[in-house]
Amino acid sequence: MLSRVASAIYWMNRYIERAENYARFIDVRLTLTLDLPEGTAEQWDPLVRTTGDDAVFAGRFGKPTKENVIRFLAADTDNPNSILSCLSAARQNARSVREIISSEMWEQVNRSYLTVTDAVSSGRFMQNPQGFFAEVKMASHLFGGITDATMSHGEGWHFGRLGRLLERADKTSRILDVKYFILLPDVSDVGTPFDNIQWSALLKSASALEMYRKHAGRITPHQVVEFLIFNPNFPRAIRYCLIKGEDSLHAILGSDGGAGQNLAGRRLGRLRADLDYADIGEITAQGLHEFLDNLQAELNRVGDAIFEAFFALRPVEGAMIKGDIQ
Amino acid sequence: MQFASYDPENFYDETFESRGRPRPGCTLVMEKIASLTDGEFKRRQQAAERVLLDMGVTFGVQGEATGQEHIFPFDIVPRIVEASVWERLERGLRQRVTALNCFLQDVYHDKKIIKDGILPGDLVASSKGFLKACEGLNPPKGIWCHIAGIDLVRVTDGTFYVLEDNMRCPSGVAYVLEARQVMKRTFPELFEASRVRPVDEYPGRLLDTLQCLTDRPDPTVVILTPGIYNSAYYEHSLLARKMGVELVEGADLVVVDGFVQMRTTRGLKRVDVIYRRVNDEFLDPLVFREESLLGVPGLMDVYRKGRVALANAPGTGVADDKAIYAYVEKFIRYYLGEEPVIPNVPTYLCSDEKDRAYVLDHLDQLVIKATNEAGGRGMLIGSQASRREREEFAGRILADPRNYIAQPVLALSRVPTICGDHFEGRHVDLRPYILYGRDIHVMPGGLTRVALKKGSLVVNSCQGGGNKDTWVLS
Repeated sequence: MLSRVASAIYWMNRYIERAENYARFIDVRLTLTLDLPEGTAEQWDPLVRTTGDDAVFAGRFGKPTKENVIRFLAADTDNPNSILSCLSAARQNARSVREIISSEMWEQVNRSYLTVTDAVSSGRFMQNPQGFFAEVKMASHLFGGITDATMSHGEGWHFGRLGRLLERADKTSRILDVKYFILLPDVSDVGTPFDNIQWSALLKSASALEMYRKHAGRITPHQVVEFLIFNPNFPRAIRYCLIKGEDSLHAILGSDGGAGQNLAGRRLGRLRADLDYADIGEITAQGLHEFLDNLQAELNRVGDAIFEAFFALRPVEGAMIKGDIQ
Repeated sequence: MQFASYDPENFYDETFESRGRPRPGCTLVMEKIASLTDGEFKRRQQAAERVLLDMGVTFGVQGEATGQEHIFPFDIVPRIVEASVWERLERGLRQRVTALNCFLQDVYHDKKIIKDGILPGDLVASSKGFLKACEGLNPPKGIWCHIAGIDLVRVTDGTFYVLEDNMRCPSGVAYVLEARQVMKRTFPELFEASRVRPVDEYPGRLLDTLQCLTDRPDPTVVILTPGIYNSAYYEHSLLARKMGVELVEGADLVVVDGFVQMRTTRGLKRVDVIYRRVNDEFLDPLVFREESLLGVPGLMDVYRKGRVALANAPGTGVADDKAIYAYVEKFIRYYLGEEPVIPNVPTYLCSDEKDRAYVLDHLDQLVIKATNEAGGRGMLIGSQASRREREEFAGRILADPRNYIAQPVLALSRVPTICGDHFEGRHVDLRPYILYGRDIHVMPGGLTRVALKKGSLVVNSCQGGGNKDTWVLS
């Protein structure tokens, strides 16, 4: 497979997953607003901080009002990570590999993009944000389902899944961070009904509430964190993402076990093993936010290694280049 | 929707013999359309547009903000070509492509046609499409123009003429393939009853054509595209998908160890045939335009050594030159000893003193065209231009006569086209596609471009043209 093509499929998937997760971020914040005590309800800046784009936001929008934040994260074409920008980038990538992906996949990406541009230009995304975010999430689910059902599960598909899962692992860690940012654990709140409402809103935003209930029953902060980080079966849990992502990376590297020599393979393998053997106690001792921060940095290192191994168009030794005389 | 008020006027109408009387091959379709209520007809038109939008059947316009796409305006009333008419066109197109290929081989080797005094040598030497670097080149199997698109027009008495030849990278075939798909969804019942010849085998034929250019078993064929900002990118991608070959950009290819290779996730892989949709001058920065980022350094050297095949061969642009076009009838007589089946439009060369004087005297009756432009640019339709525009063009002709030709304004044939809630006649042309590999294959169909503006004769997509499905009957 062409390096450029592999890269486009990988990024198309990352962008679609990113758009979906931005919808989840804002959605959990909107849900929490309904339950927050007065005075705190209007704090929207923590949400921007979770995305890591707070400096860009402050420079361009200033006040973190609900409206500004939603506009920045959902509809701002100058924010490369906004939902609109992500779907536009996903579509550009899809266009560049239309001959590789299935027609159904392309049509879904194209449709999602047209839906979002329409929602933005008509203002619908602001009038009914929750309806809009539900649409964005559904568009991503459809894309995932169509991909699985219409594209051969070969190298290209594995690059796509790898991209999607690495993005999801990163974003699930950030959804967990929303809680940290919004309300620093106040000892007096822990275990109160109010605290429980927040944790269930968070689970819901990761589509995890029902599966969590089946798994653990009662909502306790420890178990929620454990579920979203360590569960090997729940598809939005970080460990699940790393296990399946590693499967895809191995499939790409081939059965001859290139994984051991490949830097991306080594980094992803180590990160996955860390989660296999870590436990919630360690995380609590280290501090959840610090743990997540570190995890995000490691995921970035895996992404860098993937770029180096598969996508980078480096000069080839012995190749003819411009300036050669014939 | 009804045709009762439709008036063919004084033009050749492709669908109606006279008011209210469809031509024999068109009766079935016209009856079907007339039997639909206005609402049902509109619903089918909208459904067709929706499908095109979802499929992303778009084109970009050069000079506009990069990456801007437009939906190709499409109209569900087909343009129909009778079997007997097509048989003649097909014969004429084969003949023309054969002669043009002979010309290309000759003009880059012995130049007999110049020595024999048929074609002035300075016309070739001054042609921008003539590439010195291609002299003495021997393309695989002696074929230069593997994929040709030849633009035809039909005038009031029903005669077809060749308007221009496209031997470099003719585009538009994707719209033909997609238009047909949409039409099958729109009028499934008509396809069952009509004798419409299929166009879907084109990608398979194209792949055969490309594969026959190499003797390597199981060859690697790729399409080289300038990238997603190219106005025909959609087509490059569609053809790659339908043929199951890689779509590559210049940066994906590299010349190593004397071969063209592509960069894959598992290292380099040798490429045998390149269907290139990048223009000649950008193909290889070592030979042509040095600043080109779209091509592959060293490509021409590998090509000359016969280690990679290019379709079309570089250098074919000389045959697209509109001043050279004026000689194609002579080429047919000279190389094949035959009379042309499809005539040329009478053409005045401004480089010729007598012709030029005539052109300058009759600007208001002629169409002036720059010899090296395409896409309807550099053109003046004298009868529709203002005095000032005509004077400006006269100045341009005098400054660079070699660069201009003139032709009479043709009353192009028309096809009923949806205009709001009724039909009106709109002018059309026809671009059939011809593949030259083991043998010559003319796709039974083609791109019917429609000048959507009332009275307009300019059908180019970047100048507000639309398209229609072309039904060649068997």
